Amino acid sequence: MTTAAALSRYADLPVLIALMEGDEKHKSAAHSALDVLWVLYDQVLEVAPDTVEDPARDRFLLSKGHGPAAYYAVLAAKGFLDTSALRGWASFGSPLGHHPDALLVPGAEIGSGSLGHGLPLALGTALGLRIQGTRRPDGTPPRVVVLVGDGELDEGSNHEAIAVAGRFGADTLTTVVLDNGSGRHGWPGGIGTRFETEGWTARRVDGRDHGALRAALTDPHPGRPLAVVAALR
Amino acid sequence: MTRTATRPAAPARGAMRQAFVETASAALDDDPRTALVLAAISAGLFTRAAARHPGRVIDVGIREQAMIGVAGGLALTGLRPIVHSYAPFLVERPFEQVKLDFGHQGTGAVLVSIGGSYDAAAEGRTHQAPGDVALIDTLPGWAVHVPGHPDEVREALRVALPGDQPAYVRLSDTGNRVPLPVTGKLAAVRSGSPRSAGVVLAVGPMLDRVLAATEDLDVTVAYTSTVRPFDRPGLSALVGAAGSADVLVVEPYLRGTSAHEVAAALSDRRHRQLGLGVGRTEELRAYGRPEQHARAHGLDTEGIARAARDFFLP
Repeated sequence: MTTAAALSRYADLPVLIALMEGDEKHKSAAHSALDVLWVLYDQVLEVAPDTVEDPARDRFLLSKGHGPAAYYAVLAAKGFLDTSALRGWASFGSPLGHHPDALLVPGAEIGSGSLGHGLPLALGTALGLRIQGTRRPDGTPPRVVVLVGDGELDEGSNHEAIAVAGRFGADTLTTVVLDNGSGRHGWPGGIGTRFETEGWTARRVDGRDHGALRAALTDPHPGRPLAVVAALR
Repeated sequence: MTRTATRPAAPARGAMRQAFVETASAALDDDPRTALVLAAISAGLFTRAAARHPGRVIDVGIREQAMIGVAGGLALTGLRPIVHSYAPFLVERPFEQVKLDFGHQGTGAVLVSIGGSYDAAAEGRTHQAPGDVALIDTLPGWAVHVPGHPDEVREALRVALPGDQPAYVRLSDTGNRVPLPVTGKLAAVRSGSPRSAGVVLAVGPMLDRVLAATEDLDVTVAYTSTVRPFDRPGLSALVGAAGSADVLVVEPYLRGTSAHEVAAALSDRRHRQLGLGVGRTEELRAYGRPEQHARAHGLDTEGIARAARDFFLP
């Protein structure tokens, strides 16, 4: 990494996003995830460009694959991919599309776009690491964090995985739900209740408040998977 | 071939599933990469394996999307998932998960189904998946094994389990009396003369009835239990040695599923082909026994014999 650390700060993210053009449809989705993504990669996840193959790295799975500009911008700011790759995104030869492909995007754990795949994949990842007893150097297990949208939560596959994760006590699993009021028919009692009923710890925070996001993502939740509802309304 | 009293019997009902249970349980014992993901079905047959390997036998309940997604996540961590259910609930219900949660992520798994096309004849359409192989065939990179005998189940799993490639192993209660090696290649079981009428390819459980149905014809009868990747050079060679480039393929699932493979294998010559299998034109709304469904689809010995005569002796 260069000492100048060009375009590596939170304040640089709008410039990085501006390098990607022509995705008007997904623009608001791109920006809704920006703060959560930044806090995760800047303050929560133990993963870096030189540890993307480390079995003990923390995993971040972007399930809500649409509007990935903020994701690409954060990956670029953190050095996972070259800033030059942002130009010409979604063109034929670009590794960056309107939905990410894990085999093309350095640092991406999964390809996504069709909704409702990331949470079951994240649960399987958490269980796979538990089966293998994977540990970081400090002896703690790696975390698996998946980001879903509240509209995406309508997909039934999520609820299969939410129930199984709760019953299996998959406590290294965290689901971040970006709540911008997109769910078609809403969730009586609130989104967090859906998780708590199944045995998760659920927290609701302001999705723009970095300090609150960090606390919600890092405060202990022993024996239970964690759901963080990041409110953007 | 003549029938004798010492000839082995056809496999018993459930014998392929039992072979799978034994082989998968042994794999869990021998290979720490192996994990088994279930959605309730057959869980009772794996209680011993689950007790020996807590955590590596994962029953998610009747949640097939989670079954595939969880298996995909296990594969992302380097494990080798075996995923098992009844064919329609393994392949058709969570098909988008099968498409996106393995190959698209650069991973694989071994999917093992039971029920064949119409083992569950009396259960009705909901429990039948004659289109399973055709669906898997829309995805690149999958191996497809259709064993014709419990011993071939064991061998197919031994072929499929190492590595990381996606594989589909399709079990059935219909089978042949004698197992054949699982080589991935077409094997001539009976060779026709240089002036023969062509080649009949029997897939998996169809072999015994194909042999009986064609015993009066001068044709080569070839066998395979591995339909993907399809042994195109093998078919090309067998057809080249036959008197005519006429090929009859008898598959236990949707009729014509391998027609494009036959066409590709023989694209360098004029040829004819016909596919037999489960009918495509209408839904068979009948219960009863598997033999009755075989008859209705022309997949019993008489139906195959009739189609073979019409095709080879026009």
